Order: sequence, then structure tokens, then C-alpha cells
Amino acid sequence: MDWNLLITQVLNGLQLGLLLFLLASGLTLIFGIMDFINLSHGSFYMIGAYFCGTVVSMSGSLLSGIVVGLICTFAIGAAVEWFIARRLYRSDHLDHVLVTFGLILVFDTLVHMVWGAAGMAIPLPEVLNGQVSLGTLVLPTYRLVIIMSGLLVAAILYIMVSKTRLGMLIRAGASNRTMVEALGVNINKLFLIVFAIGATMSGFAGMLIAPITEASIGMGNEIIIIAFVVVIVGGIGSIKGAFYAALIIGLMDTLGRSYLDDVLELSMPTKYAETAAPALSAMLVYILMAVVLAFRPQGLFPPAGSK
Amino acid sequence: MKIIPKLVGSALLATAMAGAGMAQADSVKIGFVTTLTTPAGVIGADIQDAVNLALEHIDNKMGSLDVELIMEDDGFKPDIGKQKTDKLVKQDDVDFVVGYIWSHVLLASMKSALDAGKFLISANAGPSKIAGELCHENFFSTSWQNDQTPMAMGEYLSQQGVKSLYIMAPNYAAGKDMVAGVEKTFKGNVVGKDFTKWGADAQLDFSAELAKAKASGAEGIFIFYPGKAGGAFIKQYQQAGLQGVMPLYTVFTVDAIALPKLQAGGLEGVLGSKMTQFWSPDLDIAANKKFVDGFLAKYDRYPSFYAAQAYDSIMLIKSAVEAVDGNLGDMDGLRAAMKAADYDSVRGKYTYGNNHMPIQNFYLREVVKDDQGRWTTKIVSTVLENHQDPYAAECAL
Repeated sequence: MDWNLLITQVLNGLQLGLLLFLLASGLTLIFGIMDFINLSHGSFYMIGAYFCGTVVSMSGSLLSGIVVGLICTFAIGAAVEWFIARRLYRSDHLDHVLVTFGLILVFDTLVHMVWGAAGMAIPLPEVLNGQVSLGTLVLPTYRLVIIMSGLLVAAILYIMVSKTRLGMLIRAGASNRTMVEALGVNINKLFLIVFAIGATMSGFAGMLIAPITEASIGMGNEIIIIAFVVVIVGGIGSIKGAFYAALIIGLMDTLGRSYLDDVLELSMPTKYAETAAPALSAMLVYILMAVVLAFRPQGLFPPAGSK
Repeated sequence: MKIIPKLVGSALLATAMAGAGMAQADSVKIGFVTTLTTPAGVIGADIQDAVNLALEHIDNKMGSLDVELIMEDDGFKPDIGKQKTDKLVKQDDVDFVVGYIWSHVLLASMKSALDAGKFLISANAGPSKIAGELCHENFFSTSWQNDQTPMAMGEYLSQQGVKSLYIMAPNYAAGKDMVAGVEKTFKGNVVGKDFTKWGADAQLDFSAELAKAKASGAEGIFIFYPGKAGGAFIKQYQQAGLQGVMPLYTVFTVDAIALPKLQAGGLEGVLGSKMTQFWSPDLDIAANKKFVDGFLAKYDRYPSFYAAQAYDSIMLIKSAVEAVDGNLGDMDGLRAAMKAADYDSVRGKYTYGNNHMPIQNFYLREVVKDDQGRWTTKIVSTVLENHQDPYAAECAL
């Protein structure tokens, strides 16, 4: 057993998991509190990356790119809630899906019109492009930066949700929305804030991944499916659930990609194992979701007091 | 208002009579299927530019016939590609179905075109099946069979004395062919192999695979990642610190589409990296000079190999249409003319094998700076001469 490899892969899994968490935390709140299915959540992921990339290419500073990107995604998130999502809370899920799917097409086309089809590379400062050595372990610096930023945002979110008044309202909203409304809370304002914060976190995830994979049209559309799996596995409306489920799924996916072919080779010829392994590791997360739905349909960590 | 139906009616009648009177059509209809949306749309855009340049170079005429071009977008999906092919064949009734970047899209669409009795010309994809058991008399390629380019790379690696290799490719028809190709000629040891998820939602974060490659301690890493995945891979390869430790050997990854972006991103590590290819912009052939200079002048960038193949596909059709004096009903004549490959290809003279795959040279190319500082590729040596794909024997033609 190569322990260095295992540790590296666990960190890679952690990195993927934390990115998923950034997406899923917003998604689970929007889904849990407003009962709103937002397929276009992944569009914020894309928009964040493009805004950040544009600012970085103009100013040369990654930090200013991220700050501007966060402000822009917050503003766009708020605008989408104000002009579109708000009108749909009382309609059924099919309407949500139709409208937000339409939004995906609108955002993809807008990005195509503004930035073209080619995608956008975001250059990293020299310091982040290198590697960090920890004993015999050599890791890409930027991957560690993603892990740190993900953990930082998770910590901020935890404090916000568990220690502040806003967080209390969010938790209350996730558990029983009608009661919160009955108590005279301005639910419209709460929804607006939650939606915009969710969009911002999604955009932040896009900004983090873009220096690795480039920003491209439709980049959020695949990851949003997995983010929905995270929401369902973790329990709808539960930030804690989203956190653990994201880590579990990130680790499963990465470790599946690293070790599944070796495992399969024990029981079948190499030729089949190397074809079956990538297909099976892509399926693993959905198998997990099916199992969770079968045995614990409310998710692993449903919000307290939810129906 | 009654006059309109009457007018339309008489116009229709006139057209029908004209059609009956004339044995020949007045235009060559070419249906071109490529990828114009999704991030892979940049490849399609390059191809589209090349086709337009080719039509400009021939004044939009093949013999006495005008060229009517219909471009369709496959959306990087086999099912859409097939739909678009059906539409071109049934609704537009084209004479030639051309294009196809992706092997899985071509495999899904070939039956629609061939069963309708149309000529099918691949301007890129070269899946092993279509070269072997599924070969067809009306299928031609202006590119290569998938295995050939990596076979040239395997040959070069063996010549260089590379003993162990880590291999990565996307998990689809062409990825399998590329890996099979390099394994056919590489004499050293393959210490690890990864097939990654492909399609519109392809895997772009290769952290797990790069960690495995690094741990394997291979002497080199061979990859096939066309389109944007290639840029993402090279960036992560550099971030993982493999630069200078595990040399990178590629096929169809570092091309004229990727290089300007890699240059903009300052990924100097790609300079000097080696790849194999049937063509290069610096190939010293009159037709190629006209193509490359024309492309540079019109679009201010180097053409990719995709563009070269697409340009050739138009020239091949032109040579055949002219050989039969524009009589598009003469399928046998058209077929024989295309089989002769008697046109000025940008790669130079080549011939067709029994399966209608080109028998051609494969070169080793290196990434260099041109005299204006732009990153491009230059031929280093010829690795395989007049090479025929390994599946020709399985083809019954």
C-alpha cells in the first residue's frame, strides 16, 4: 500500500467534496426553505468563474477577481430571486424546473454572446502554481488553497447559521416555514438573502475550480446534478447534511477513480476492469443516493423538526 | 389574394418541368455535421472557418456547379448527430454528408447516411470499426484511422528508449482506439492506464489520475485529450509538478486551438513537447502554403489539423465532382474519382486503402515559437512512411 498516494487521494477527495459543499449548501437552503427547485444554481457557478476571469485578465490580481466575482454573483442571484424566483414559490415543482431550465439556456447563451465559445483560462500567481512538500508528500499548492477556502467558508457558514439571528431564521425556515411566516418575520427579505448567498457560494466554487479546468459554458450543468445528489443524501434543508454528504461523495468519487480498477481486477480480466471501472465509479454516487432513498428517505442528517 | 396560390402552383410546375428537362442538378449539396455548441464548439468553429476558406479558394464552384453548404451542429452528442444526419439526408437530400469530429457521433450517424445511398466523408473521426468490419464503399476519410497517430507515437517512444509509460485517455470509442494504437507499437511497459468520463459533461479535474501517474514512477505520460480537456490537463500536469519529471507525449491534444490559450496562460512547459500528426502547418507543399497563408491572412491565427482535414474534404469532393463533369447521379464515377485521391491535399500526395482510409506519412512535431513569437508546431522527422491502418485487413472491400 502506497500511503503517500492514499493521503494524496483523500485530499483530492476532500477538495472535490468541499467544492460540492459550496454548491450544495446554497441549493439545500433554497430547496429546503423556499421549497424551490433551482436547476440554474449551476449557472452562478459559471458566471462567477467568468466574472472572476475577466477581472483577473484585466487587473492581473486573483484576489480582486474573486472579490468582484463575489459581488457580481450576489447581485445576479438577488436579481434572479427578485424578478423571477419570487413569482414561482407558490407554483408547483414542474414550473420551477421549467423556468430554471430556461434560465440555464439564457445564461449559457448570454455567456456565449459576451465571452464566446472558447472558454476562459484564469492564470494563477506563481506562488499558487507550485507544489508544497510535507515530508515525502508533494502536493499542488492550489489544491490546498481550495481545501482551505472550502473549510473557511464552511466555518463561516456554520457560525452564521448556528450563532446569528439570520441563521436562526434560516434554520426555522427550513424546519417550518409557515410558522416563521406566522410569527411576523419578513419572509421575502429572508428568501432574497438566502438565495443571493447561495448564488454567491456557487459562484465562489466556480472561481475556485476555474484556474484548474478553465471557465466554460455549461460548466455548472454537470456538477449541479451531483450537487442535487448531495442535497438528497444529506437531507433537504440541512447544511450539516450537505457538508457530510459532500465529503462522502467527493471521497467516494475520487477513491473510486483511483482504486476501483485495482479492486475489479481481482475478479475479472484487466481488459474488462479498465473499461468497467470508470463507468462504475461514475455510477457510485447515484447508487449511494438510491440506497439512502431506500433506507432513509429523509436523508442522512435532516434538519431538526422537519416534516 | 387568390393569385398567390396560383403563382406558387405555376412556379412549382415550372420547377418540376425544369427538373425533368435537366438531367443534372445545378448545385452540389454538401451537408456538414460538426460541433458548434458546448465548449467543443471552438473546434467546430475552426472547421467552419476552414470550410469557408476552401469554398472561397474554389469560388464556391465545383466544375460548373455551385456549392450549397448546410452546416449542422451535433451538440457533442451521438443522438443529436444522428438526428442531424437524418435531416440532411431526408429533408435536404444532400449529395455528400461530411464532417464528424467525434468517433461515437460518427458511429451513431453512419448508417443514416450510408443506407440512404449518400457518400459519407469523415473529416476527423476514424473509429476502428469503420476501418474494419463496418467499412463501406461510400465511406471516405480525409483524416486518419484513430490508431495510426498514436502508433506513430508508440514507435517514436520505443526509438527513444522510453521503458515505462503511463497512459490516459477519455472513455469513448476514439480514446480506446488511441490507447490500442500506442500499445501496438510501444515496446516498453505500460505501468498504468486511466480512462476518464467523456462527453458534454466530461471529467476535467484529473487530480486522482495525476496522483496515480506520479506514484507509478513512469518514464513518460501519454495522453489523448482533444479540445478543452487538453488545456486543463496540461495546466494540472504542471501544477502537480510533473513537468521535467515525467515528460508529456500527446496526440490530438496540443493543437492550433489549444496553443494560443496555453500561450496566453503562460504555460511555457508545453514548448518543446512532442506529438505525432499526419500534417503540420509548416509542411512544405504548395497546397499547404496556400491553405495556411490564406487561413492566417483571413483569420489571423494558425489552422488546426481539424481545419486542414476539413479543407481537404472540400477539395476531395471538388476533384470527384469535376471528374464526372458534374453528373452527380454517377455514383460509381464519383467513387472511383475519390478513391484515386487525385487532388492537391495539404498533406501532399496520399492514396486510399481498400477501406478508404488514407495511406499516408506520420510526422513527429514539436511545439516552437514562430518568427512572430506565436506558438505553433514544427515537423521534426517522419516517423511512419506511407502507413496503412491495422484494420484494413478486416474490411471486406
